[in-house]
Parts: sequence; C-alpha cells; structure tokens
Amino acid sequence: MTEPTEPRVGVDDWVAQHEERLEERKGLVGLLGRWLAYAPAPARLAAFALFAGTLPFWMDRGDLFAYGIFTLLYILLGLGLNVVVGYAGLLDLGYVAFFGIGAYSYGLLSSEHYGIHWPALASIPLVMLGTAAVGLILGITSRRLLGDYLAIVTLFFGQAFVVFVNAANPTVHGKGLTGGPNGVVDIDPLRFFGYELTTRTHQYFFLLGTVVVVLTALHFLSESRTGRAWRALREDPLAAEAMSIPVNRLKLMAFAIGAAIAGLAGCIFASVLTAVSPGNFGLPILITIYAIVILGGIGSLTGVVLGAIVINISFQFLAPENPQSNARVLFFAVLALVLVLAVRQRWLGAALVGAVIVFGFVTQAIVEAVAPSWSGGNVTEGGRLADVVQNWVVIPEGHDRFGNFAYVALVVAILVLTRLPGWWRTAALVPTVYLAAIVWENSFVEQPQVARWILFGSLLIGLMTVRPQGLLGTPRVEIV
Amino acid sequence: MSAKKPLLELKGLTKSFGGLQVVDHLDVDVNEGEIVSLIGPNGAGKTTVFNLVTGIYEPDSGEIVFEGENIAGLAPHAITKRGIARTFQTLRLFLNMSVKENVMAAAYGHTNSTALEAVLRLPRARREEREIAQMAEEKLAFFGDRLKGYRHDQPAYSLSYANRRRLEIARAMGTNPRLLLLDEPAAGMNPKETQELTELIGRLRTNGGYTVMVIEHDMHVVEGISDRVVALDHGEKIAEGTFEECCTNDRVIEAYLGLQATAT
Repeated sequence: MTEPTEPRVGVDDWVAQHEERLEERKGLVGLLGRWLAYAPAPARLAAFALFAGTLPFWMDRGDLFAYGIFTLLYILLGLGLNVVVGYAGLLDLGYVAFFGIGAYSYGLLSSEHYGIHWPALASIPLVMLGTAAVGLILGITSRRLLGDYLAIVTLFFGQAFVVFVNAANPTVHGKGLTGGPNGVVDIDPLRFFGYELTTRTHQYFFLLGTVVVVLTALHFLSESRTGRAWRALREDPLAAEAMSIPVNRLKLMAFAIGAAIAGLAGCIFASVLTAVSPGNFGLPILITIYAIVILGGIGSLTGVVLGAIVINISFQFLAPENPQSNARVLFFAVLALVLVLAVRQRWLGAALVGAVIVFGFVTQAIVEAVAPSWSGGNVTEGGRLADVVQNWVVIPEGHDRFGNFAYVALVVAILVLTRLPGWWRTAALVPTVYLAAIVWENSFVEQPQVARWILFGSLLIGLMTVRPQGLLGTPRVEIV
Repeated sequence: MSAKKPLLELKGLTKSFGGLQVVDHLDVDVNEGEIVSLIGPNGAGKTTVFNLVTGIYEPDSGEIVFEGENIAGLAPHAITKRGIARTFQTLRLFLNMSVKENVMAAAYGHTNSTALEAVLRLPRARREEREIAQMAEEKLAFFGDRLKGYRHDQPAYSLSYANRRRLEIARAMGTNPRLLLLDEPAAGMNPKETQELTELIGRLRTNGGYTVMVIEHDMHVVEGISDRVVALDHGEKIAEGTFEECCTNDRVIEAYLGLQATAT
C-alpha cells in the first residue's frame, strides 16, 4: 500500500487503487483470474484452441462426445444468447426455439423425411438466414416490449415452437410435417464437397473450428461501433437513442444475429445426433444455456466458454449413467462449501464441518446401540465415500418412507433455522446439515435425475452468492 | 448575425400532457455561435422544451426548424445525427461502460462501417475505430485534468458526481453536434467546480465551435455565460433579452418570488 497523500479534489482514491486491489488476490485462483482478465484476447483464444485441440488424442470416443462435442455446442449456444442478453440486454426466453428451428430445418433438408439431401454448404447458410429471419420477425413484433413483458412474449414463442413440432399436421406426408413426437430421424452427417463428417473426431474438429471462428467474429463485433451501441442500449435505451443510436434497429440486429448463431448450433446438433425430437428443445436446455451465460458472466466471451465448460462437465459428471459416487462426492463438497460460506469466519466454518462429522458418528453409534434395525440399511453402492457414509449416516432397513419423512423434517428444520437468533442458529446448523445428509443418502441418491437438478441448482446458487457477476463478468452497478 | 437564418427556430411550439399545458406557443430563436440560457421556476417546462427539440416527445403543434428544415416528428437518433446533442438533468450515462467508451458510443451517428465490415476487420472499420478513439480523447481533453489519462478506462460509475456531469457533456460532444443542449450542467457542483464549468461553456463556443443552449438555475452561471436569456413560466415565454433585462423584468421576479415581491 502506498503512503496516503493529502486528499486531492476530484481524485477518487478508491478508484485509483482499483488495479492494486485486483493484485491483492493471492494464490492460484488470483493468478488465474488475473490472467483471464488481462491476457490479450488472442492469447486466451489460442490457449483454448490448443487445449481443446488435444482432446481427441487422449479421450475415448464416448467421452469426446459427452465432454468435447457437447461443451462446444453449449459454447456456441451460449455465444448466441450472449449477443441478445449479454450485449443488447434483451431478456429473450424464446432463444431455444431458434436452436430448434435450426436443427429441424437442417434435419428436414438432409434426411429421408422429405427425401432431400442437401450438402451442408448449401443448407447451413440457408438455415442461418432462415433463423435470422424468424429472429427478425420475433424482434419486430416485440421490439417495443421491455424487460418482463419481452420475456413473457418470447417464452411463449419458445413454447409455441415445441407444441408446433409436436403436433403439426400429423397426416401430411405420412410422417407428418415435422415428424410429430418422434421428430426427424436418420439425418445425414455434414457433407462438404462429397466428404462426410462421420467420425466423432472429425465432427469435433469441425465444431471446434466453428466455435473459434464465431468467437473471433463476436470479439471483433463487440469492439466495434455496433458492439458499443448494443452495450449502450443495454445500459440506457433512452440515452442511447439521444446519442444517435437507432435503438430499434440494433435490437432487431441482436435478435437476428443471436438467432443465426443458434440456427448454426442447431444444424450441427442435428447432424451429430442424427435425430431431433421436440423434447430436445424444451425448458431444460433453455435454463442450461442461461445458466452458462449467467455463470460465465454476462457479456463476456471468455465467460461463456468457461461457463459452458463448468456446466457441461458438472452435468456429465452427474449424468444418470455415471456411478453415483460422483454425485455423492459433489453433494458433500457442496454441503461443506455451503457450511463454510454460511458463517463469515473461516475457523467457525471449519469447526462446524468438524462438528457435523462428529455429530454424525455419534448419532450413528447411539442409534446402533439403541435400535440396531434403524441403522441396518445398506448404503447405496459406489465410490470412495460409500464406506465412510455407511458408518456415518443413519440408514434404516427399508428406508424409502424414512427418506420422505426426513425430507419433510428437513424443510421444517430449515424454516425453523431461519427464525433462530444468533448462536442458536449456528448451533442448529449442525443437526440440520446432518439431516440433509440423511435425506440425500436415504432418498435422493437413488434418484439421479432429481439429484442432478438439485445439485446443479445448489451449485449455481452457491457460485452466484460468491460472485454475483458470474465467473468473469464485471460487477455491474446501477447507482444513479 | 441578423441577416443569417437562425440555427434553431421554435415556432409556436405547443405540448400538453392531458389537460396540463406544459409548453404553450413558444417562439425561440437560437443563432449560430450564441449561448442562450433557458431559465424559469421548477415546472416551467424547460426540460420539456429540450425533450421536444431532441424528439423524445412529439409536439402537439408548432415547428422545430433546424438549419432551415422542420425536424418535428423525427426519431431522436435522427435528430441527433443532424447535429443536436443534449445532456440529461438526471444523468443518464452508460454507467457500466468505460469513460472513453461512453464518448465513443456517441459516434454511432457519424460512422458508417457495418457489422460485417467490423467482423472482417475491413479497412474502413479499422480506420473509423482509430478515428473514434482519437475523437473521444480529444473531447475528453476539453476537460483538462478532470477526465484525463487513467480515467479513460475506468467504468463511468466510478466517477464523482461532478465528473459524471462533465462526461455527459463530453458524450454529447461525441455526436459531433452543431447545437449543444445542456440541462442543468452545474447542478450538484461546488462553487469552484461551478466557476470552472462557466469557463468551460465559454470554451465550448470559442474552441469547440458549438452553439449552446443551457437550462440553469444557478444565476451566477447564467450571468457568466449568456448572450441571451429566455425566461419561461407555465410553458410561456415571459421575458427575453440580456441577463440584466430578464432579471429586472417584473414577470420574471413574479414567477420566481411571487406577486408581492413585484410590488416592492
């Protein structure tokens, strides 16, 4: 710290020390954060592309599909949404429909559904133009709506798309206009000049190339007059208009460009999966894309990439096909994190974690001594923690119903907890957290689908509590 | 001066909100190179006049003639592009953008490169980018030490209140206007800063070549800068002339201080 000098009029010391305060963050996290914040964009892009380029050489095909291809698809989708939500500040909840329109259009243009087999060089540009046009139409009809109202109209649009492809003219053409609930199947792989991208590695590299091109294009765009105008209208549309920025035209442009990128992602998605159905384009994927953009930091391209990596990896980690050990480790990690974050002092948080562990072993020992049948249940198999958990968490023999009761008790306990004053609350945290572990082990761990979303949600809540601006977003201020 | 056509002419400008007549058949001329102050008690309709001129409201009747053309009914961005820029009384900066970006964003109207050109880094886009950045630095240099160097890359929200007012002016200058409309530029400034601002507005005309129209409550500022003062009350023009003429005008004193003050 520098020696405080005499106060100078018009000089804000807090601001002047901005850089210094950034430097203060120590350790690996601080180093990584500084590098991500200050490294020039080409270096960041090169680092990403180089690392991503090595993936096919050490991952097996299944992992490359789940971790590589899906992460890249999420990045592409996040980049499109980032234009609409991050740059222009338009809360577009119908975004996933453009992804769907892109995927369906590509599917219908390259399958036996209508017997059309266009090469990708013709169909992808056409589909992108088409989705951009639909984006424009949605933009024109809703350009005067602000905030919540825009969100409602666009959400309706997104849902209407799913209903439409589910039910459109089932009698037409034998299979229906869009294939109904079964969707479009046997879609061709991407084909350029007669060469087909059939292997996962080829698809992955094509996708990586696309992502790098889109990232570069958006980086240049965001540093141009158009990008600045978008950010200006996000900050204050009236002032932007008064500063010679045609707000309506720029909103439409954001809608169209976002939609075109989503359409591109749709084409690749359809070709890689070789089938599309209405279920692919519902609310879960919309929420996921939003989570990526918000987690990464709204308006930051690096943030989108990072957000997509974090979210897709945690998603695949928690996938139902995976052994439950992953979910269990993550659950207890999140629980410990919440405990440490819930109290301000580090030592207290550590003490609480210790207290919960001791509390568990003691409770288990007492239950075992008093009523052995109550702890006779077996822990759900899998993973490193299973053995420890067996001796730590009370699991009765037939624990289905017990788990449900414990869940209700947990909700009540949390409600009570929030009303307790001071130290009582800290003390009550210990049994409540243990109860959460009981609920997890007796009930959720056997329902990976539910567990996955609950963990995903708590992960997001936890991260957003620590960094409301997202991983790489700049903290936004709304003081007038 | 009198032989030339005025830069801005308001002819019978009228605006009402519901039954409330906010601006009532207002006629004001602003000549090239002049500094005109608009004064009047709160609610007199001063800011509404600015909102009408910049196209945020559409007038009920009357004409707004700028450089010989009626601009009433044009969209705000089109009016700004023709050469009228304003600041806001309530400060409407792009808070989460950097100081320099605030000014650069205002250059949208007088740059032409398209999104595609920007993506492909074509020569015109690159040249315009350089020009805008240079222009922004020039405009910010107008404020001397206040908005210099290290402040350029700070977010606008980190600025002090007085600096935000300065940045509002710099941003308006970024649109390359001929006419600057300043809405209470000295509000919230301390006496020293107010003094500085008075000089600045003078320099806006002499060094910047702008014609300036100011709404201001601080009579020291009004006295220091105005070629001409227009006084409004209830949307009507109640006096026009030099600062002294306006200040001694009975109707102006009545509007500010009430009827009894006139009698004494």
